[in-house]
Amino acid sequence: MTSPVRSAPAGSSPAKAGQALLELRGIDKNFGAVQALVDINLEVPGGQVTALAGDNGAGKSVLIKCIAGIHSPDGGQMLWEGEPVHVRTPRDAAALGIETVYQDLALCDNLDIVQNMFLGRERLRHLLLDEEDMENAARQTLTSLAVTTVRSIRQPVASLSGGQRQSVAIAKAVLWNSKLVIMDEPTAALGVAQTAMVLDLVRRLADRGLAVVIVSHNMNDGFQVADRIAVLHLGRMVAVRPAADLDRQIVVDLMTTGASTREVGRR
Amino acid sequence: MAKVDEPAHPDSVAAEAELTEAAASQANLAVAPELVADSLGEYLRAWVARIRAGESGVLPVIGGLLLISILFQKLNSHFLTAGNLVNLLVQGSVYMTLAMGEVFALLLGEIDLSIGFVSAIGGTVVAELVKQSSGWPWWAAVIVGLLACAAIGAIQGTIITRIGLPSFVVTLAGLLGWQGVLLLILGKGGSLPINVNVINDIASGNLTATASWIVMLAIVAAYAARTWLQYSRRRSKGLVVPPGSLVLLKIVAVLVAGVVVVVICNTNRGTLVPIRGMPWVVLIVLGVLAMWTFLLGRTKFGRYVYGIGGNAEGARRAGVSLATIRTLAFTLASFTAGIAGIIGASRLRSVSTAIDGGSLVLYAVAAAVIGGTSLFGGRGKAMHAVLGGLVIAAIDNGMGLQGYSAAAKFVVTALVLLAAVTIDAVARRGRTTA
Repeated sequence: MTSPVRSAPAGSSPAKAGQALLELRGIDKNFGAVQALVDINLEVPGGQVTALAGDNGAGKSVLIKCIAGIHSPDGGQMLWEGEPVHVRTPRDAAALGIETVYQDLALCDNLDIVQNMFLGRERLRHLLLDEEDMENAARQTLTSLAVTTVRSIRQPVASLSGGQRQSVAIAKAVLWNSKLVIMDEPTAALGVAQTAMVLDLVRRLADRGLAVVIVSHNMNDGFQVADRIAVLHLGRMVAVRPAADLDRQIVVDLMTTGASTREVGRR
Repeated sequence: MAKVDEPAHPDSVAAEAELTEAAASQANLAVAPELVADSLGEYLRAWVARIRAGESGVLPVIGGLLLISILFQKLNSHFLTAGNLVNLLVQGSVYMTLAMGEVFALLLGEIDLSIGFVSAIGGTVVAELVKQSSGWPWWAAVIVGLLACAAIGAIQGTIITRIGLPSFVVTLAGLLGWQGVLLLILGKGGSLPINVNVINDIASGNLTATASWIVMLAIVAAYAARTWLQYSRRRSKGLVVPPGSLVLLKIVAVLVAGVVVVVICNTNRGTLVPIRGMPWVVLIVLGVLAMWTFLLGRTKFGRYVYGIGGNAEGARRAGVSLATIRTLAFTLASFTAGIAGIIGASRLRSVSTAIDGGSLVLYAVAAAVIGGTSLFGGRGKAMHAVLGGLVIAAIDNGMGLQGYSAAAKFVVTALVLLAAVTIDAVARRGRTTA
């Protein structure tokens, strides 16, 4: 297990105003002869939702896996709060404050909500599980995120609806004082009402000052919740713009051809 | 279906909301009643709903046990005598202990087929060490026997996790291999009597009648104090608690069970000289039960065992070391099998090559599953093994009293096992579609 390596001494210079929480500079990633990512530049600011759009195979998953420490990039630089870092494992990412919610959520159906939220990071007292402390912390986190639809935080995850599961997975990511939460297709398996619930939750995370990156096929989600939209096409970042400067048609153009001649409001 | 492309249409939104609501009410059925009920009446209603949803808890096993008892008592009035019931407890102790070992493997969603013969190895090591020519003290022999079993489990677990072989195959090899080792130690058709009183008394020695009462009351008092203190502390901190009347009911049930066991054990069951008192082995089974319940319920290791059984990939991503936890679980399974082996050797006052580790392990799996442990991993308790072991012992004992052959016993046990697995599978399907 390697700890994240910072080139500057730890604890120096908190993020300057206006500085992005995470900045990617010229990230490359190859799998054999396949260039999955080419010269990716992206800034992820705190307190904003950044949506990552792109067609299948555009490199969305590879990019978030590079940030989450599952893949290590072949080239380029990653800056965290303005300082260069190397994230080699998911533990490195977690140590920085990066949490990822995968599409399959990785929850254990047979465990209850509290047990799932603390899985792998249980709190102990006298070498035994401190259920009371964990239950309180889990309850506080869920309440602060306004996740109130569950009947009991001691019910097994198997008995939750899809949206509730997604909420638990997100709450699990937030519990660790994370600064950046990455979500892979958070609404893919959800109905209309549940999608709205999860998007509300995503918005609340950003309002709390967290940086949020969501990967979504569903363009409605992107426009509903995102402050900025980044579009990938064949492994290249073709646009990173405020959501207000884009509309659906432009994003579709960018996703499919990598360029768009349209402007917002003109069809 | 012209509206397929317009998910935002009011009709479909309404339908969606309805569906979500239906799913929610469906989901509520599967919630443990003690989590949502404030009173006993509410608890019972939630409990009935939960049984309908396929989550039944331990009550069906207890019901089945009562049914079996009534049936065998009708067939043979000797079944419910004190002598036979104590005999049944002692017979069952081997199955119960072995099944508690098997629970570790089953919770992971794995299986350990070797523990039958591993337990025989444990008993044999002890017998070899305490025999006259070796002359080890009994406690040292027991320690070495248990360590040998744990080592076997560690080796098998390491092969399973580090090389990535299916536990079914590795432990099947264990089943054959350790039988071979057993034959090697004892010689063809060999047997080795045990002449050490302490070892033999595990299964055939009894506490005095007074001591039985004192020990039972102490155990019940400890259980009651722990349960009630935990309940009141959680309640005062505003955490999720079951209804207080339910907690009291559980304590009373444990007290009643304890009193019944002691009354039965303290009834004279001797024919020539009076024999009364609780067999030591009951305490050993209770000790193992308490130990493993604690380990599975209160420690990180236990939590990870359940986590891996529920979603191994999820546990891995949460930072749980799958290989370490799995290896440790197989080690504990074999260690527990060692305890069962020593109990078995004590009961027969000898070890021999006639020990049928193959059917022992199947009885152990059957006991765990009949008691309510899932074959698919993630669901189960040490208590299930004890209740299931009682069922197996009752069938074995009752059919033996009726003079049925071993063949008939096997067939009936197989049918009971099939029924239990079917219930498990159907309940699981109910859970995943809900």
